[in-house]
Amino acid sequence: MELVVDNKVLEFVADFKKPEEGSEVRKQAMAALNGMDFPTTRIEEWKYTRVAKYVKRKYKQVQATANVENYKIADLNAHQLVFVNGYYDESLSTILEDDAVEIQNIDTLDEAYYSDLVDGTEENVFSLINKAYQTGGVSIQIKKNKKANHPIHLLHIVNGEEVIANARHFVHAENGSKAEIVATFHSENSENSFSNIVFEGHVETNASLTINKMQTEAKNMLHISNELFVQDESSNFLINTITTGSLLTRNGLNVIVEGENCHTEMNGAYLGTEKQHLDNHTLIDQLYSNCTSSESYQGVMDGKSVGVFNGKVIVRQDAQKIEAYQSNRNILLSKKASVNSKPELEIYADDVRCSHGSTIGELDPEAIYYLRSRGISEESAKQLLVAGFIGGVLDKVENEALRANIDDLFLKDFGWKF
Amino acid sequence: MLSIKNLHASVEEGQEILKGLNLEVKAGEVHAIMGPNGSGKSTLASVLAGKDGYEVTEGSVDFDGTDLLDLKAEDRAKEGMFLAFQYPVEIPGVSNINFLRTAINEIREYRKEDKISAKDFLAKVKDASNLVELDNKLASRAVNVGFSGGEKKRNEIFQMAMLEPKLAILDETDSGLDIDALRIVSEGVNKLKSEKNAIILITHYQRLLDYIKPDFVHVLSEGQIIKTGTKELALELEDKGYDWINEETAQ
Ligand SMILES: Nc1ncnc2c1ncn2[C@@H]1O[C@H](COP(=O)(O)OP(=O)(O)O)[C@@H](O)[C@H]1O
Ligand SMILES: [Mg+2]
Repeated sequence: MELVVDNKVLEFVADFKKPEEGSEVRKQAMAALNGMDFPTTRIEEWKYTRVAKYVKRKYKQVQATANVENYKIADLNAHQLVFVNGYYDESLSTILEDDAVEIQNIDTLDEAYYSDLVDGTEENVFSLINKAYQTGGVSIQIKKNKKANHPIHLLHIVNGEEVIANARHFVHAENGSKAEIVATFHSENSENSFSNIVFEGHVETNASLTINKMQTEAKNMLHISNELFVQDESSNFLINTITTGSLLTRNGLNVIVEGENCHTEMNGAYLGTEKQHLDNHTLIDQLYSNCTSSESYQGVMDGKSVGVFNGKVIVRQDAQKIEAYQSNRNILLSKKASVNSKPELEIYADDVRCSHGSTIGELDPEAIYYLRSRGISEESAKQLLVAGFIGGVLDKVENEALRANIDDLFLKDFGWKF
Repeated sequence: MLSIKNLHASVEEGQEILKGLNLEVKAGEVHAIMGPNGSGKSTLASVLAGKDGYEVTEGSVDFDGTDLLDLKAEDRAKEGMFLAFQYPVEIPGVSNINFLRTAINEIREYRKEDKISAKDFLAKVKDASNLVELDNKLASRAVNVGFSGGEKKRNEIFQMAMLEPKLAILDETDSGLDIDALRIVSEGVNKLKSEKNAIILITHYQRLLDYIKPDFVHVLSEGQIIKTGTKELALELEDKGYDWINEETAQ
């Protein structure tokens, strides 16, 4: 009897272009995909996030162009690297004069260095699909003891229906360097499309890296990000993740802290409406002593939207005197909105200070009444309160041009003023 | 300006708190409402300001020709009603002056006036905060967050000065104020007083009335105004408590 193997993953990737010259990373990813399946809600990590209906679709990898003017951030004055459907578009990109920054195709990334760095970290089916079939992306080098003259804006646009965008990026912040990366994600006519992003990096000793990420794709898309950053000793890593887009968003963010005296900060703001499902999974893995981490994610969920937060902090046995702070706060604006929040601390060391908390609540009716009693309509009162709630996280975005852009977006999309 | 006739109001659970209350307030007047704890003073303030959770079962409230009870809380404010809360609410993340700017502009829009200019607004903030000696920093901080009890009360009067209401109801603004703060707040209120507006002071201490002279003093007990007099009535209450009035009315 012949056994028919029904492998959904291989079927999913069947039509994707196989690059002629496969790098080791590609080959390994392709090989790994053979034995894989898509996650179901029976798997703990995907308990609240159901991807089945999305991965049944047949996505295509196609190049396209887009009107980048709509997505430029005024006054950001950045190196602007544009990716349409996961393909780098040189004609839409601008690389400025900057002796601290070297930007190259992701395929030029040193494989031995890379495999050594990510050795032992976990992959999932989506990161593997990306690594096997990525169509473009950049390897960014911030040079030793230098500060980038400009922020680096990775501007992603998905254009077209049932498209998959597999962009893969890597940033190497060398010893003592400093840089800011802005990653934005947009879409046009993108019914049922899929952004499948991998963004990884290495923050070396004494380096400082800030990433501001803003995803505003149409509410008919699937967006899955897999992010991994490794910190060496005395480094600083800050990432702010702002999510208002896609029908289903899954942000997977892992930070491995591989040295003493590091500071890690991750903040997130997610705003769901209609039937959106916004999932943030984070991990901070503390392997060495004397490190601090601070994590604050805040969600505002309206309509029938669902929020998921799972924030894990692991403090390994040898990591003493760790201070880890984590909070997840949520406001539900509608009776039909919901949030599943799960902060997790796994502590194996004995001298650590960790705190975590999670709240899910409604807007304070006493505060609404107070504002109304001053002549403010109920609608505006709610907007003021929501803006006040989420403003605390947005204040972590120090780049003024970007912040102005975010404020604009929130005013346009939600009517929220800051 | 304000005419309350036979007002009956219950909380949602059904318990009647106001039981046939009558009160007439004219422009230029200051009224004090005194009464023991739990007599319904704050309930009256809430019903007038339009707080949810109260049901008016009988009676009427006319505010300068409009049926007040018909209006939403925000529209009452737009018509010129102001309540200084007994317990001001803390609102993290919402800046005091930003929310006042929103309030002033919504009120102006309702009255078909232009938005306030940045310059006029700042001048107003300066005058109003000087009036109650509210620290400039507090004016721009999140509403009442980290304010002391006295600062919260001052902030209420600061807001009153910003919004320039026709009728201001001050619910126990004096309680918890030390003698200096009491003087400052009272002087502020006195400066805001005019022939065109009116003030209702809810208090259970007569000491406030040494600073802000009322034209009338009313005693509220079990949801009704059971006695009305002048300033002397307040002194008498301070001396003898409330029981003698209850006995007097019982007779
Ligand atoms: N929302 C409410 N639900 C139930 N009882 C209430 C509510 N508000 C007020 N009360 C009751 O109404 C009475 C009057 O309260 P209140 O108006 O606060 O009195 P005062 O301000 O004169 O001290 C009290 O017995 C109080 O317990
Ligand atoms: Mg009271």
